Amino acid sequence: MGEGEGDDDIVELNHPPHKGVILFVHDLKELGFGLLSIITALSIVAIIISIAGINPIEAYQALIKGSFGSINGISETFVKATPLIFLGLGITIAFRGGMWNIGGDGQLLLGALGATVIGVYLPSMPPVLHIALSLVGGFIFGALWAAMPGFFKMRRGTNEIVITIMLNYLATFLIAYLVSGPMKDTTQLIPVPQSREIVESAVLPRLIPLTRIHSGFLIALAAVGVVWFILERTVLGYEIKAVGVNTDAARYGGINIFNTGFVVMLLSGGFAGMAGMSEISGVHHYLLDGISPGYGYLAIAVALFGGLNPIGVVFSALFFGALNVGAESMQRAVGVPTATIYLLEGLVVIFVLARHILKRRRRSS
Amino acid sequence: MFLEKVLTVAFISGVLGAGMRLAMPILFAALGEVFAERSGVLNIGIEGMMLTGAFCGFIGSYLTDSPWIGLVFAILGAGLLSLLHAFLSISLGADQVISGIAINLLALGLITLLNRAIFGLRLIPVSAANFESIAIPGLSEIPILGPFLFSHHALVYIGLILVPIIYIVLFKTTFGLRVSSVGEDPRGAEAVGVNVGRIRYICVAIGGVLAGIGGITLSLANLSLFKESIVSGRGYIAIAIVMFGGWNPVSVLGAALVFGLVDALQLYIQSLGITQLPSQLLISMPYVVTILFLIIRFGSSPPSALSIPYIKEN
Repeated sequence: MGEGEGDDDIVELNHPPHKGVILFVHDLKELGFGLLSIITALSIVAIIISIAGINPIEAYQALIKGSFGSINGISETFVKATPLIFLGLGITIAFRGGMWNIGGDGQLLLGALGATVIGVYLPSMPPVLHIALSLVGGFIFGALWAAMPGFFKMRRGTNEIVITIMLNYLATFLIAYLVSGPMKDTTQLIPVPQSREIVESAVLPRLIPLTRIHSGFLIALAAVGVVWFILERTVLGYEIKAVGVNTDAARYGGINIFNTGFVVMLLSGGFAGMAGMSEISGVHHYLLDGISPGYGYLAIAVALFGGLNPIGVVFSALFFGALNVGAESMQRAVGVPTATIYLLEGLVVIFVLARHILKRRRRSS
Repeated sequence: MFLEKVLTVAFISGVLGAGMRLAMPILFAALGEVFAERSGVLNIGIEGMMLTGAFCGFIGSYLTDSPWIGLVFAILGAGLLSLLHAFLSISLGADQVISGIAINLLALGLITLLNRAIFGLRLIPVSAANFESIAIPGLSEIPILGPFLFSHHALVYIGLILVPIIYIVLFKTTFGLRVSSVGEDPRGAEAVGVNVGRIRYICVAIGGVLAGIGGITLSLANLSLFKESIVSGRGYIAIAIVMFGGWNPVSVLGAALVFGLVDALQLYIQSLGITQLPSQLLISMPYVVTILFLIIRFGSSPPSALSIPYIKEN
């Protein structure tokens, strides 16, 4: 990309906070801070819930009972955490590389589309092969959806935040169109807007009978290993982090900013696409409207709370997964809408930000 | 066949009138964002501030039967939320994008919770007194131009009058010059005695207030109801329009109108009931236009200190 060198000048990448917010299990101080911020956020939400006329103790009892009170609750936590891990990894790569990818939702939907196409329209084949193909399909579709904002960001300095958000809306409309039009399952007695089911060989096997935990969770853990390896043990990872910390220094150090930034977006979109694949192949088995209730935005909280660290993302995703499952039973029991979780997430992100700043101040003074 | 339906005075004046109304929520939010960004603060949180304005305004009117008291509620609600962004990004020097995302999450959760607590889940949405249409005598009778400019609810006129006022404030007053100096070179501005933090606080607050007015324009003027998806990306679209409009209120008005007209056009084409055109394709048009806005850049470049926290040297 020799001709890209001149254009590098207009691209200024972002430097989001990642040092000092790492929620690592071995760092007791960070763990303590993480717990403290959750407790504070829960207390604030409790006050607001009680102002809204609902008993917060009953609400939280329902929340804890829902997520930890039964085998089903615990297994649902893992089901919900799986897409969040993939998405959190995508966000982690993007933010570490200085790219604001807010398009996780759209990339997830496209990944789901890719997996559905491969699962529905390809003939039956050995499951390992079919699942591998679905995974690749999900990755590629997600990566392609992120390619456009990545390209224009690096070539023309176009703001990637708003484009990735707009692409979330477009992806929603695209899926709604496909499942009510060209991909609609017309064999049903009463046709509803959804695609045909993927064939048996494309289904991710369940891990525990009678629960919905599926092997997508194991793939997510493998992806954590892959992302950790890329970031910590490869030249590409070094370049991604160098660009994310200081674009100018990376440029003078001889790193091709265009290529690195573009690859960051492809990888980020690809992992988000794998979240869509795991939702289709592991949970729904057919494509339908509304498979992502804002997971892309949730994943930003997951990634930041996980300290933009692949291993941190796992714990963070499990925590937010449990919260989501609990919130559903809270809605059933006392009528607190599940969207209240967003309030909690917003608060947690604010605490993470504040913590980062206090640390920075202490260091500089 | 298609052209026969479209090239009628009724269709064209309908699209123009609706386009003006649909441009307004985004115009208000974008004008506010012009202040914030010119002072160097990116406010992604205007999506959540619009939602807050839409809800608080609705509640205000629901309780008092006056949309004008609703307006005060909207201004207070969104204004307060903008102070949180100001505190995080100016006082603490936090990352502005993440602060904005946090505020959007927070607002979505809080407003949904309050909405369900107050109104519960209902099949038929509650309604409240909304801004009534005021046709300007004489002028509103002019064909095509009348429906476009002179027969709207009060907020449209307020929005249109605000554009030249904000232009003058930003480009012809000392305050406007200070805003620019703070956004371009905060250290230099501080050196000549400008209080960087205070100017930025004021600008972010103005941004929040205007986003709140944009929100109430959605819930009490263009529609007469509140739902949690009422903003659906218009705050982000306003940010795109500010960039496309080169941080200038007059160009921002132009860009907002283009957006509004495209939105109105797709709604009107949908109402023609042409089955060959999938509705999803039409709905996506405004979002596609927004992406084009972002990709096609004009000469103007953003304020130099945009989204860079300013930390005083001691």
